[in-house]
Amino acid sequence: MSSGHSHPHPPKQPDIEDGPYSWHMALTDAVADLLLAKGVITADELRRTLETIDAATPAQGARLVARAWCDPAFRARVLEDVNAAAAELGIDAGAIPIRAVENRPDLHNVIVCTLCSCYPRYLLGAAPDWYKSRAYRSRVVREPRAVLAEFGLLLPDEVRIEVHDSTAELRYMVLPLRPAGTEGLDEEALAALVTRDCMIGTAVPLAPPRP
Amino acid sequence: MTAGPIFRPGQRVRVRAWHPPGHVRTPFYLRGHRGEILQVVGPMPNPEDLAYGRTDRPPVAVYRVRFARRELWPEDGDPHEDTVVADLCEHWLEPLETRA
Repeated sequence: MSSGHSHPHPPKQPDIEDGPYSWHMALTDAVADLLLAKGVITADELRRTLETIDAATPAQGARLVARAWCDPAFRARVLEDVNAAAAELGIDAGAIPIRAVENRPDLHNVIVCTLCSCYPRYLLGAAPDWYKSRAYRSRVVREPRAVLAEFGLLLPDEVRIEVHDSTAELRYMVLPLRPAGTEGLDEEALAALVTRDCMIGTAVPLAPPRP
Repeated sequence: MTAGPIFRPGQRVRVRAWHPPGHVRTPFYLRGHRGEILQVVGPMPNPEDLAYGRTDRPPVAVYRVRFARRELWPEDGDPHEDTVVADLCEHWLEPLETRA
């Protein structure tokens, strides 16, 4: 290719290292380097831990919800202790206690962490970026109906919205209502209806379209 | 630190309008506001100690406390009965009614 060609190029998309190296990034790297240098952890243990954390996905929570829909005794155990109920399904939901808040026909639950970004990540995987945004965190407690409407979720006036602010060492997930018209579906098909946002409360599961 | 939780579910409380320096996990928007004890979570490490590595301090009772949105932001004029629930440490709560 000749140099000095004149047609315009779009700006190069920055690589991850092209952003500013922030104070907190430097602190994280320094602490990690010290832990490795002092032999507190090995590089492989650090890598494996990150891999385990990143392996969690909303599908784990969806399995839990689908089982709760099908088995009232299991549902009761979910409401009692999510971590223990998840363990029954072979899911390691981590050491931080998770509480399930159950939607009812007259009650819709939504999860937020107004202070930072607390999220049941060992069960549901990494939180979506918007969950950590100042806009979601500040607005969903003050004007939940407007925020849910922006997500496309319009709730009737008679449904009370309860927003759970994760301010302590507890994490929350929403146990959504099983949609009508799903009576014939098995657990796996039901789990496919339960998306991440359904367990945050910014969406509700919908029955699959009729063939 | 008293043994066991001093508040019970259903009891009306007010969040202290304190503004101490340092790490606290009581949101500003709840300070000074009235709520109702929904549930006793139990003793948990105090984040105000943990943040500074003081792991030898006693745990504190944590409660799930429910607030009416209309009480938090009456100026919004929203007629809905929507609510907010937050997890708060006992020392941030004061009773609204004296116990019989």
